Amino acid sequence: MIIRGHGRLQISRFHQYYSIVSTPLLIAVLLLLTAAAFELGRRRALQVAGSEFRTLHSLPRYYGSFTALWCALPAMLLLGTWLAFEDKIITSLVVADLPATYQALSESKLNLIINDLRNQLSGNVVSQELNPAMQAAVDHYGSLRATSNAALAVVFLSVAMLGMGMAWRKIAPNFWARNRVEAIIKLLLIICSTLAIFTTIGIVLSVLFESIRFFQAVPIFDFLFGLEWSPQTAIREDQVGSSGAFGAVPLFAGTLLISVIAMLVAAPIGLTSAIYLSEYSHPRFRAIAKPLLEILAGIPTVVYGFFAALTVAPLLRDMGTNFGLDVSSESALAAGLVMGIMIIPFVSSISDDVINAVPQSLRDGSLALGSTRSEMIRKVVLPAALPGIVSGMLLAISRAIGETMIVVMAAGLAANLTVNPLEAVTTVTVQIVTLLVGDQEFDSPKTLAAFALGLMLFLVTLALNVVALYVVRKYREQYE
Amino acid sequence: MTMTTADKIQANLKKRYAAERRFRSYGLASVAIGLAALLLLFISIIGKGYTAFQQTYVKLEVQFDEAIIDPQGTRDPQILARADYGKLIKKTMRKRFPDVTNRRDRRNLYKLVSPGAVFSIQDMVRNDPGLIGTTQTIWVPADDDVDMLIKGYINRDEPESDRRLKDKEIAWIDALAASDSLEKRFNKTFFTAGDSREPELAGIWGAVVGSFYTLLVTLVLSFPIGVSAAVYLQEFAPRNRWTDLIEVNINNLAAVPSIVFGLLGLSVFLNFMALPRSAPLVGGLVLSLMTLPTVIIASRASLQSVPPSIREGALGMGASQMQMVAHHVLPLAMPGMLTGTIIGMARALGESAPLLMIGMVAFIVNVPEGPLDPSTVLPVQIYLWADTPERAFVERTSAATLVLLAFLVVMNGAAVWLRKRFEQRW
Repeated sequence: MIIRGHGRLQISRFHQYYSIVSTPLLIAVLLLLTAAAFELGRRRALQVAGSEFRTLHSLPRYYGSFTALWCALPAMLLLGTWLAFEDKIITSLVVADLPATYQALSESKLNLIINDLRNQLSGNVVSQELNPAMQAAVDHYGSLRATSNAALAVVFLSVAMLGMGMAWRKIAPNFWARNRVEAIIKLLLIICSTLAIFTTIGIVLSVLFESIRFFQAVPIFDFLFGLEWSPQTAIREDQVGSSGAFGAVPLFAGTLLISVIAMLVAAPIGLTSAIYLSEYSHPRFRAIAKPLLEILAGIPTVVYGFFAALTVAPLLRDMGTNFGLDVSSESALAAGLVMGIMIIPFVSSISDDVINAVPQSLRDGSLALGSTRSEMIRKVVLPAALPGIVSGMLLAISRAIGETMIVVMAAGLAANLTVNPLEAVTTVTVQIVTLLVGDQEFDSPKTLAAFALGLMLFLVTLALNVVALYVVRKYREQYE
Repeated sequence: MTMTTADKIQANLKKRYAAERRFRSYGLASVAIGLAALLLLFISIIGKGYTAFQQTYVKLEVQFDEAIIDPQGTRDPQILARADYGKLIKKTMRKRFPDVTNRRDRRNLYKLVSPGAVFSIQDMVRNDPGLIGTTQTIWVPADDDVDMLIKGYINRDEPESDRRLKDKEIAWIDALAASDSLEKRFNKTFFTAGDSREPELAGIWGAVVGSFYTLLVTLVLSFPIGVSAAVYLQEFAPRNRWTDLIEVNINNLAAVPSIVFGLLGLSVFLNFMALPRSAPLVGGLVLSLMTLPTVIIASRASLQSVPPSIREGALGMGASQMQMVAHHVLPLAMPGMLTGTIIGMARALGESAPLLMIGMVAFIVNVPEGPLDPSTVLPVQIYLWADTPERAFVERTSAATLVLLAFLVVMNGAAVWLRKRFEQRW
């Protein structure tokens, strides 16, 4: 079913083989230095204060922390930057020194050669015999790596010592060490909290760039409205069945079909069980049943996938045969049913929250007017809780659309444009996995298509989340 | 006769009560369906998986023939390492079934013993060269088909052409079983070996270690960063557009499909930063981005539950805001933060979709020795095995699932225990 990435074991151990000082060692040394810096800073503070201990602005340990932070932070920053750019710079230097015939090669071929160089360096198997020019390049690569490594060690330790020295010199009784330390820590906290923004930007940029490249090869209109999906581009000119059609409508339809089935299962079951557990059941029953149902949310999706493919799909096929129906072994129904089971606790716990948020006075009022419990629930509680329930359903749909493992394992690969739940359909997430797992050349529209699909997925789930939030904010009844 | 309102209500009452009972039974039925699905899931996995914890072994009377292992008698480790131990097994099997003379039959006969038996014999000889020249009774793993027959997964009544084992092979296996040369033993290999093409040699240890390194990286990154972010947002941040933006981002990231994080990892960590493919380091990076929102949201809730009086008390005693947070609020909020982190970790442990994107699906036999070695993780191993056609892998997939679920139970149990143990009502 899935082409696996065998043979693509690019073992990158060369870091370890070609370094004189490894990164963990550097970090260990830095930790020792930092500890020393703390102690030095503390002693210096006590020393400059002399007998007039109370003239110190801050506690001695703040002077120590100040020195330690200045020792560790600049050095770590340097290490991170160095490691991030080292490989790119060295590779471009090596490529620049390759003979002109190599430089004329296409990007992907060049990447292959660079991989060979690296493999040769780390003593792995290479894909071709190395000619003298390549051998020279390997040596060049190795020496650059060694140089860079030695330089890193020297610069790293100097920066650490320098930072420590500068901080140490600043220590004086009227130096506000605590405020400085707290400012630095606050800055670190701020950086940590902005990571969420950077992650979002990273997601958007990474899928957007590749998608734009894809839309240069395949017009966006063809992608969004094309009815045929067969991403296998021809390797030979005369190959059959590899037209490379990128019409994503069958994928959208398949995703929608499976999500609808899942919601048909999860929405009624989740909602009514939430109502039952919060309005009817004995507290003791609730205390047992609720956590049990929530176990369903904690089960990994790969387990659901296995369950769908191995238990539910054959079960459905056998039942279909009994009724004279032809059920595909990778039917949308099996995937959708199991996905629905997975989403039940999601729907029920959100519904439970919103139902519980409806004030008791509304219930009491309704019952006092003589309604039965079910009338009270249907005519008072549910309308009051509706915005929350709707937004919960939207979030559940977004979860169903983005779910991957169940459909990869239990839905098919064939891009059928059908609404028959007994047939195999494929989804956006399945295609992303299929296109990106296994051997890939990074410039073909086939690989880039996965990013375009990822962009669609991201946009749709984002839109659903935003709408869900909006519904809650706009239609929430205020009871206080 | 005129109908009073009370009469009208009375007339309707029966119907309304019936509707009430119906409504109530729908609810109960829904709960029952949910629980039944849970039960079916567990029954199907346990039912398929429990047999994988045992493996059939064959008893062989192996004659450690010097002429085959070390004809010169040098006992040179190089020669011992390269000797043809397969020949010993073949010879043993021929001796056990002397009436099998046909070439093709013999080949099938040899196949009853796992290819891994060669390595166990090799190890025996290398550890103790004194064995050469003696005859030893040893137990080696049987082939997965033998194992399946013994466990009753191969239907003997099927027509021969549909069966993986032919009549002759079944007759040999029966002969072995009749002479007590087949035995089911605890399947240690399953817990100690890496992946393999042969089901009887495949184990989950490589994947467990890979999961461990991946989770270690995730924990080391997401816990401090998540707690720091939560502390800033809850205790220091002014309410302005900037912090609103951060909050909206965190909430949205919590709902982004996991596979999108995989795309991020592929294009940023692998293609841009050129980190090694299939490495737990990259897996951990991706998963920590994914678990960060969970950790931040849980940590903020935990910080929020610390009453303002604690803060005011600390500030009143002259503590700076940072000291107030570090000395008083953070320790009180820590159990809640840890609970949230453990739950996030449990989710990361079960996650597989983003890891498919960054190459952690490769077939890897070696047990990884560090976070830079290529490896796979437990859920991905389940996915890989679920995809193989051999019957014996089905039970191993289920068994691996059981192990994964056991880990999850332990982690969630720890979270519940922490919550119960340190729960405080103010």
